[in-house]
Amino acid sequence: MRQSYKLIFERSHEGRRAYDLPALDVPAVDAIPANMKNEGKLDLPELGEVDLVRHYTNLSRRNFGVDNGFYPLGSCTMKYNPKINEEVCTLFEDMHPLLDEDMSQGALRLMYDLEGYLCEICGMDAFTLQPAAGAHGELTGLMHIRAYHEHRGDTARTTIIVPDAAHGTNPASAVMAGFKVKEIKSAPDGGVDLEALRAAVGPDTAGLMLTNPSTLGLFERNIKEIAKIVHEAGGLLYYDGANLNAIMGIVRPGDMGFDVMHINLHKTFSTPHGGGGPGSGPVGVKKHLIPFLPVPVLTERDGMIELDYDRPNTLGKVKNFYGNFGVIVRAFAYIRSLGGAGLKEASENAVLNANYIMNALRGVYDIAHDRICMHECVVTPTEDMMKNGVHTSDIAKALIDRGYHPPTIYFPLIVHEAMMIEPTESESRETLDEFIDAMKAIAVEAMEDPESVHACPKTTPIGRPDEVTAARKPVIRFVKE
Amino acid sequence: MKSYVPNTLEERREMLRTLGLDSMDQLFSDIPEDLRLHRELNLPAPMSEMELRELMMGYVLQNDEGGLLFRGAGSYRHYIPSVVPQLAARSEFYTAYTPYQAEMSQGMLQSIFEWQTVICNLTGMEASNASVYDGATAAAESLLMLRDSKRKNKVLYSAALNPDVITTMKTYAHCYGIELCEIPVDANGLTDLAAVEANLEGAAGIIAAQPNYYGCVENMDAIAELVHNAKGLLVAYVNPITLGLIKRPADYGADIAIGDGQTLGLPMNFGGPYVGFMAAGGKLVRNLPGRIVGETHDAEGGRAYVLTLQAREQHIRREKASSNICSNQMLCAIMSTIYACTMGPAGMREVAEQNVAKAHYLAEEIAKVPGMKLRYTTPFFNEFVVDTELPAEQINEELKEMGIVGGYILPDGGMLWCATEMNSKEDIDFLIDMLKNIVEGGEEA
Repeated sequence: MRQSYKLIFERSHEGRRAYDLPALDVPAVDAIPANMKNEGKLDLPELGEVDLVRHYTNLSRRNFGVDNGFYPLGSCTMKYNPKINEEVCTLFEDMHPLLDEDMSQGALRLMYDLEGYLCEICGMDAFTLQPAAGAHGELTGLMHIRAYHEHRGDTARTTIIVPDAAHGTNPASAVMAGFKVKEIKSAPDGGVDLEALRAAVGPDTAGLMLTNPSTLGLFERNIKEIAKIVHEAGGLLYYDGANLNAIMGIVRPGDMGFDVMHINLHKTFSTPHGGGGPGSGPVGVKKHLIPFLPVPVLTERDGMIELDYDRPNTLGKVKNFYGNFGVIVRAFAYIRSLGGAGLKEASENAVLNANYIMNALRGVYDIAHDRICMHECVVTPTEDMMKNGVHTSDIAKALIDRGYHPPTIYFPLIVHEAMMIEPTESESRETLDEFIDAMKAIAVEAMEDPESVHACPKTTPIGRPDEVTAARKPVIRFVKE
Repeated sequence: MKSYVPNTLEERREMLRTLGLDSMDQLFSDIPEDLRLHRELNLPAPMSEMELRELMMGYVLQNDEGGLLFRGAGSYRHYIPSVVPQLAARSEFYTAYTPYQAEMSQGMLQSIFEWQTVICNLTGMEASNASVYDGATAAAESLLMLRDSKRKNKVLYSAALNPDVITTMKTYAHCYGIELCEIPVDANGLTDLAAVEANLEGAAGIIAAQPNYYGCVENMDAIAELVHNAKGLLVAYVNPITLGLIKRPADYGADIAIGDGQTLGLPMNFGGPYVGFMAAGGKLVRNLPGRIVGETHDAEGGRAYVLTLQAREQHIRREKASSNICSNQMLCAIMSTIYACTMGPAGMREVAEQNVAKAHYLAEEIAKVPGMKLRYTTPFFNEFVVDTELPAEQINEELKEMGIVGGYILPDGGMLWCATEMNSKEDIDFLIDMLKNIVEGGEEA
């Protein structure tokens, strides 16, 4: 199986070409001034079309996506990406973003309608589709919190409280938005420690960032009390929507008391993750934050959708144009396919599948917090496995050899040796059963033949890579020898 | 009803029974009763795939894209070779996520290593990241690189940057507490060099575009010299499709090269997804935000690619990270890489030359229309500003009737026109005839 693979630059032969253009039908001009002209030849590969096509086709075969198999990467919601959505999104590809409003009513209407659906699903009053990813949504949401306090002249509110179980993006986004971060310890079950929260809030509190269900896949039962503590202290409550897939049609962030939130369309609403993007991170707000939404805001007047830039208190813009429109179209199509009942069915089955796995692994692996979980569960190797030298990373590599993408590992940070398993609703019972059998077989192997587990993966194009060398002596581009 | 849940109702009941439960509702017993939504979500009814297709066509039919496009201003129509969408449609790529597990993600990791190399070679820089969201966020992220590497809180920017880029930078800068100083545009449509020099004191550097928003080719040599004399850094915001013909940022001494990769093989798509790129020289590598792929080896010595230099990133450093970015635009980056590799050095030069030729033909012909004249005489790439005697809105309204999307109307009433390799001489001549008719009609009225 081991096989390294040439770079496209190593397949280049001078003079070959894969492109053509029509002959120039206007006079050629030499308009670029000499001091700004590139007289050299760009260092790009030269190859024929078939060789280029084979290069990328074979590269794709060295990759693993949801279409290849089970991908229970916790917190990432690797659900099936419907094929029809890949087709309908291309219908808008040739639209220039600066067409006059009367020429782009279909695209604007689609965005406007999606904002409405997201408001209903989340219990919020308004949405912006502009942010390009989850972390970008976090940043944008925090900018709303900042603008809100600034607008009230409440400039002392400079601190965002973040539980230690939070995604790493939460504290990083808070700092980018210009806040200080106060981290609070979680309760043993991964929920918010109410006493720690009470001790942390004060006149400097701008807000609290919370994921619910938590990063341990557990619903935060004290959410009403948490909202009360934060609001009474004058702060706002931010909902990290990474785990929204557990609760569609069951409970809404807006009804839990959250003031502002983001959604990952590429998680909950089934748009493909693209190998790490493009995603989309719409931000929802309650009424009191509407004045601060980024421009343009979509408004309806006389049956026409307009782009409103005249918003005196807007926080500005967080990217060019209106958002990752191609992703937005896919999420729209998903919601229209399923409707309200279908979205609830998706969440119910996501939660059912996660509990089914957790239940089956009980006694084989340790369960971080053994109570009904939401859409994901966190398990760890047993003490005996670890005494035998088999750790979470080894189990992950052993899963690869059995044809699975491993769960998220070593997160959340508050669980030692965590494996966060999120099956999603789109997996069948036999897929779950086969995965459970694989996990059980690895557990046996960990006790009987730990060396064999350490040798995994054996079936992949490369063995375990040397990450230390990669970081110490960075080689981050190809240079011809 | 459409559902992507494969298990039958009976299978779901059996699975519930293994948990000792007899209803889905019991799975949610942790959620306080009074918070729960005791009704169905109020959304349009579910529909079949066939109905969905019709629904989407209904939205499409509310659009009127026009037949002939002469508009750019930050989004450009270029020819996209078939190999680009065909290869990006490999679902091993697009249904994967961030390559956390290197052994089963070598395809994505190597593709990103190739993207980084393409960006380095196009810009002349030594290091590139795995992409950011778009050109505007690349500019916003570069503010942090400037501040952190120079430990100065003031940054100059050219007013001849794309307005969305400027607004995005201002939004971020407000949060960072960075002071932005705008350098005006001179009578030639270029960044005012005297104003650059006058404002450099205390500045970490300057961000300027090549070509700039008005299409003009800036004298980046001069800007670089000024900013380097003041020990500041030059961030060059470049349109990558120009780089077969216009000097690479490294060639005029830019310290950081950024921009939007949309022109490399990505459809206009009503504004996104596009891809931002960020490249820099040696010492600035550790200030780059986001993912970076590096080459290493496995235990048997085989070449391997991994996510590297992760000590900069949010999942390790949390509040001390160089940025909060997690997901970026990997698939778009692959598309742009495939585009650049399809074009190769000859294609990148030819497409740039064709853009210049088409835009100059368009400009010369427009200048012959009575009541229309080019605002600047400065060299330009594929865009230029025209001042008109008739109101620009009236001109565009009448062009729209002919299925033509005219130049973008600037806040001062000027028109920013664009031509690319996609605009044939025949189409340009048709546009010019229409413009002449409009002007004549306007005079009669």
